[in-house]
Order: sequence, then structure tokens, then C-alpha cells
Amino acid sequence: MSKKPKSAKAKSKLGSLLVNGILLLIVLLWTIPTIGVLVSSFRDPFDIQTSGWWSVFPHKEWVKIDEFKPADDLDRDSVMKIAGVSGTFAEFRAGILKPDGEKVTWVGNKRLGMIQIQEKKWVTRTKFTLDNYDKVLSGKKYVIKTSSGATKEFQGDNFSGALLNSLTVAIPATVIPILIAAFAAYGFAWMQFPGRRILFVLIVALLVVPLQVALVPILKDYVKLDLNGTFLAVWLAHTGFGLPLATYLLFNYISGLPRDILESAFIDGASHFTIFIRLILPLSVPALASFAIFQFLWVWNDYLVALVFIGAKPDVQVFTMRLAEIVGSRGNDWHLLTAGAFVSMVLPLIVFFSLQRYFVRGLLAGSVKG
Amino acid sequence: MKSVPDAKEKPTNILEWLISNLAGLFISVAMPIITFGVLIIVFKWLRATTPNTMTEKVLVSLVAIVWGVGGALILYLISNKVVEQLPPKWVKLLQPFIFVGPAVVILLWYLALPAARTFWISLFNRDGTQFVGLSNYVAVFTERDMLEAFRNNVLWIIFGASLSVIAGLIISVLADRSKFENLAKSLIFLPMAISMVGAGVIWNFIYEVKDVADPQIGLLNAIMVLFGGKPQAWTALNQPWNNLFLIVILIWMQTGYAMVIFSAAIKGIPEELIEASRVDGANELQIFFRIMIPYIMGTIITVSTTVIIFTLKIFDVVWVMTGGQFGTHVIATQFYRQAFTNQNKGFASAIAIVLLIAVVPVMIYNLKQFSGKEAF
Repeated sequence: MSKKPKSAKAKSKLGSLLVNGILLLIVLLWTIPTIGVLVSSFRDPFDIQTSGWWSVFPHKEWVKIDEFKPADDLDRDSVMKIAGVSGTFAEFRAGILKPDGEKVTWVGNKRLGMIQIQEKKWVTRTKFTLDNYDKVLSGKKYVIKTSSGATKEFQGDNFSGALLNSLTVAIPATVIPILIAAFAAYGFAWMQFPGRRILFVLIVALLVVPLQVALVPILKDYVKLDLNGTFLAVWLAHTGFGLPLATYLLFNYISGLPRDILESAFIDGASHFTIFIRLILPLSVPALASFAIFQFLWVWNDYLVALVFIGAKPDVQVFTMRLAEIVGSRGNDWHLLTAGAFVSMVLPLIVFFSLQRYFVRGLLAGSVKG
Repeated sequence: MKSVPDAKEKPTNILEWLISNLAGLFISVAMPIITFGVLIIVFKWLRATTPNTMTEKVLVSLVAIVWGVGGALILYLISNKVVEQLPPKWVKLLQPFIFVGPAVVILLWYLALPAARTFWISLFNRDGTQFVGLSNYVAVFTERDMLEAFRNNVLWIIFGASLSVIAGLIISVLADRSKFENLAKSLIFLPMAISMVGAGVIWNFIYEVKDVADPQIGLLNAIMVLFGGKPQAWTALNQPWNNLFLIVILIWMQTGYAMVIFSAAIKGIPEELIEASRVDGANELQIFFRIMIPYIMGTIITVSTTVIIFTLKIFDVVWVMTGGQFGTHVIATQFYRQAFTNQNKGFASAIAIVLLIAVVPVMIYNLKQFSGKEAF
């Protein structure tokens, strides 16, 4: 994100306050969803189910100061007088305010319930834990308390295995298309051969093909070749779907490199291959890096291609599939979902903050991907 | 133009020839065979192993990565070495195909041929046993489910694409005048780094609904209750407007993209132009609508088309949030459902072809715009 000298004219203080105020509001709106997930991922599962994540911030809440059993001879179907206030059972259930600010609440059912005297107090719910991450990452068994108070045993989600699979998919599915595209881009830019123009136009034309079009036939091929559910199948698919853009972008860059450098290398007797490896690749690092980041994130975050070509094989599942599976089968296990979602964001966020310049360029250039 | 060994004398007998060319022979015959052999053996091993512990799994993953990346590199090296053993004339003729060949082959296999094959499959019934002509296409445009999907995609484009562009525009203008420009832009761009599945989780959490008697843990319902409303299942009720709650996710993710592009365009507006109109008495709103917007109209159109293409192909968000239930199916989810849940390949292929036809004009327009600019 480039910088520009701000216009020198003096803006009114009010105007800039307004601009910054609105901007702050929008930025908050944009970041609160992520913050909610981040905060929740560190909270106790029971807390997540029984209070909003914002209750980690100081707020006023009714807190129990006294609790006792209602008298047995109390007529529970008419107006009762308890702790200095009177009302029906329904009113007590909702809570009745006393003049001194305390609240009398009937907790539980009519027969066995308890009476609580509550007072509004400043509280923070800051019971933080790393357990959620442990549970979602490991494949071990564990026990938690549900919102109804019962305990239940769960199997860990082995998210670390899924993350590892994602990495195993993403690294080659980034390097291979870039390698192939760089070779092709060099070939199209600096070599003479019959059919050069036609082939290049064909590659660029393929940018328009949405990948949905390819899924059914490719899956058929994979079934025939018995490739389904292998890493190779997913790498090749991502390579195929990423190649038009990669070739096109790298061609634009490599064909724009100064001609003299290459010519002097030729005169020194270097072969095309040597020139490509020793000269062109190092010179193209900015373009390669930008595209690599785009492609890596695209593959890392991909769901559809993995879903089709990996299918239900649990030992090669990538994290997006695992996460979607938890959403589908246990959509209320927020302690797992929030931790899982956040763990999967860590890598993109590191890339984002450390390589922001390349990152933005890459995403902008990649926005025309088919 | 490669260096060639000194002119060779014609070998007198076959043995001498063999010895003098042994190295070349080894490189051009034995090395490819050995390489292929090793690659295949490792692949078979990778398929067969089932790692039990995490250490084993890490090890297998490492081998797989090295195999994939190294394999691709070695295949280039070897095929190039083989070609370079040939006489210079042949090298000149064949070497270009070492460079562009793999890309062309993969693209033919993965995109060019599939487009034709998908069209072919779309002319057949669900398992490809019977030719049905265009009846799959008739079904695509008449079935109730499909019409609903088209309607939803239109909703996605009308609300999702336009609001992303508008929000991006407004934020870029505001950020341009703020001291916190870079920070604000980073935070708004950040959702683009997140997977759509992850975004689905994030927003599901916002829309989470609990029983009326329980405290609401979803932010939206908590706000509803705070203002005296009733908690709602946002993505399930009030069809078709529940789609808007899914569309919000797209806006959340795509606004950053629009913003960054607009930001660059706005910085390209000459300062004198804005200064002059200020001197002439234009207020900020007039400057925005009469100067800025016309000046960056080209950019606005490009960004809009890009977001529209993205929107046409939207899949993950819907699939994760609702699975297409509650009237939220879109074209891409219908495609997936027909192809893989319903196993109706003919129908699914027809949907894919319709999607292709919908995307092509927008994409061609976009590429035309794009080709005029430097990508990096």
C-alpha cells in the first residue's frame, strides 16, 4: 500500500475528526467478527456456550450474593412474598427488583428451584485457556462440560494432521505451477518455434474457463488412473487451474526484461537452460514472489478442489474440509470451531503481515483467475 | 547458441564410437529411466504408507513435498540434458518444446479438453448411457431449484458485488484523507487472507441463535435482544432475504480488494484538478461525485466485473453456511450437488457450461482492460 504525501492544505479539524471517526467505525465493524472468534477460541467451552464473548470485557452483570430454598409451605401458584418482595412464580422467574437495587430471582423449576438474591456488579469473564487448541489439534480423547451441566466425552479432531496435509498440498501446488509457468513464459518470450503465437493465445484464452467446467471430466480420468485421493492428483489439478494466469503474468514480466542482458549471455556461450536458471529466475523474483503468495493462499484456502479430488479420505483431508465437517456435524461446538478457524488463519495472517507488499500485488494480479 | 564440443572425427569402429559416446548415451537413456523408476517407486511407497504417529506423518509429508517439487525440477533438468545431447540443429528445434511443452500438455488436459468433454457429457443422461440432446439445458432453465439458484446469484451480484464496490470506494476515499490510512487499509484488507470456510465459521458465530430464555452468544442476536427484539435464525428464515446474511460475508471479504484498487486510482487523480474545483467553490460531495467518480470510472468498471465473476462462482460460503438449504442454493452449489451428491453428471455438466457462458463475456472484457496495465 503505497504512500503519498498528504495534501498540504490545512483541513478543518472537524472534517478530519469526522473522517477518522467514520473510518474507525468501519474498521471496527470489519475486525469485530475476527476478534470475536479469536477471543472465543481462548475461552472455556462452558463459558462460550453460556455468555457472549464480549463478556470478557468489564461489564455489569447480575451476580449471586445469596441463595436459599423457598419455604416448603409456600403456595407456588398464587402471589408469594419472598425476601421482602411479592409476585407470582412467573414474575419471580423473570426476577423482581428490590428498591435497594438487588434482584430476587427464582432459579430452576417450581418444585425444586432455589431463590437467588442478585446484585449488579462489575465483572469480567476472563477464564482463558489453551485447551480448545489442544483439543482441536490433537487426536486424543477429552471430556468437557456442556451448557446443560452434563459431561460428555469427545474425540479430538486431529486438526494438526489436516493442517499438515494442507501444507503438503499447498507447497508443491505452489512451486510446480510456478516452475512450469516460468519455463513456458521464457519459451514464449525468448525462443522461436512454430506455433508460438497460437499456443500463447490458447493459454490466455483458457483464463476464462471456470474450474467447475473441468471437475467432472478430470475426476473421471483420476478414477481411471487410480489417482483419486492422492496428493499428486490435487497438485496437478491446482497446477492446471493456476497455469493460465501464472503463464500470462510471468510472460508479461519476463518478456519485459531488457534484451541486452540475454544477448550478452548468449554471446558468452550460455545455453537457454543456463540463462533461464542463472539469469531469468533471479531477475523475476518480484513477479515470482507475488504470484507465489497468491497461489499459495489460493490453494491453502481452497475447499472445492480438495473436496472433489480428495473426497472422504480422512488421512489426506485438508483443513478446510475438516473445518467444514465440524461445522456440518457439530456446528455448536464453538470452542473447537473458533480454535480451528483461528489456527487455520495463522499462516495466511503471517504471510499477510510479513509480505504485505507482495501479497497485495499478488492478490490484485490474481483477481482475474478463472 | 550453445557451446558445442570440437569437431569430432568420424569414429573408425563401433566400439570406439560407443566408448566416446558412452557418457551421452548414459545421459540420454539410462538417466531418464533411472529417474522415472525412482519417482515411481517413491510414489508407490507414498500411496502405500499409512503413517500412524505424528512424527511419521511429518516425515511422509516431507517426502511427498520433496518428491513433488524435486520431481518436477528433475524432469525439466533431465529432459533438457537429453535434448542437449542431440546435434545443435535438433537442440534448436526441440528445446522450445521442453520449455513450453509441459504447460501446454497440462493445460490441454486440465482445461481445454475438459471444456469440450464437459459439453459432450452435458448432452447425455445422468450416467452417460443415453444421448439426450439439449434436454439437460432445458432442465437447467426450467427446474425450480435451478431458477432459485439463478435468482440467488442475481441477488449476490446485485447486493454483494455492488455493495463491495461502493464500500470499497467510500473507504478508499476516507482512508486517503486519514492519518491512519495504512493501518485502516490493512485491517479491512485482512479478510481476503482468510479461507471462505473460515469466514463461514466466523459469521456463523455472529448469526448463532440460542433459545429465547438463554443468553445469546451470537453478536447479532445479542444486539437484537438488547433492543428488545427476539433472537432469530438469520440464515434460515425469511427467504429469500436470508441470502443477504450470506452475501454480507462476500462483502466483508471483497471490499478490501476493491478498496486497494480504488485507493491506487484515487492517488492517480491530479491534485491540481481537485484543488481547482475547490477554488471554484465545489464542496467535498461534489468533488467526489463530479470529479473523482468520473475520473476513475474505468477502474470502477474493472473492479465491478472482477467481483461479479467471483460472485458468479461463489461456492464455499454457501456450502459451509447452509449447504444450499433454506433457499440459498447458487449455481456453483447446484453444480456440486448434481455432480457429486446426486451423481447426475449430464445435468451437472450442463450447469457448468451455463456458468462458463455466463463468465466468458465478463472475463473477456476484464482481460481487455487488464492487458493494458502492468501486472506487477
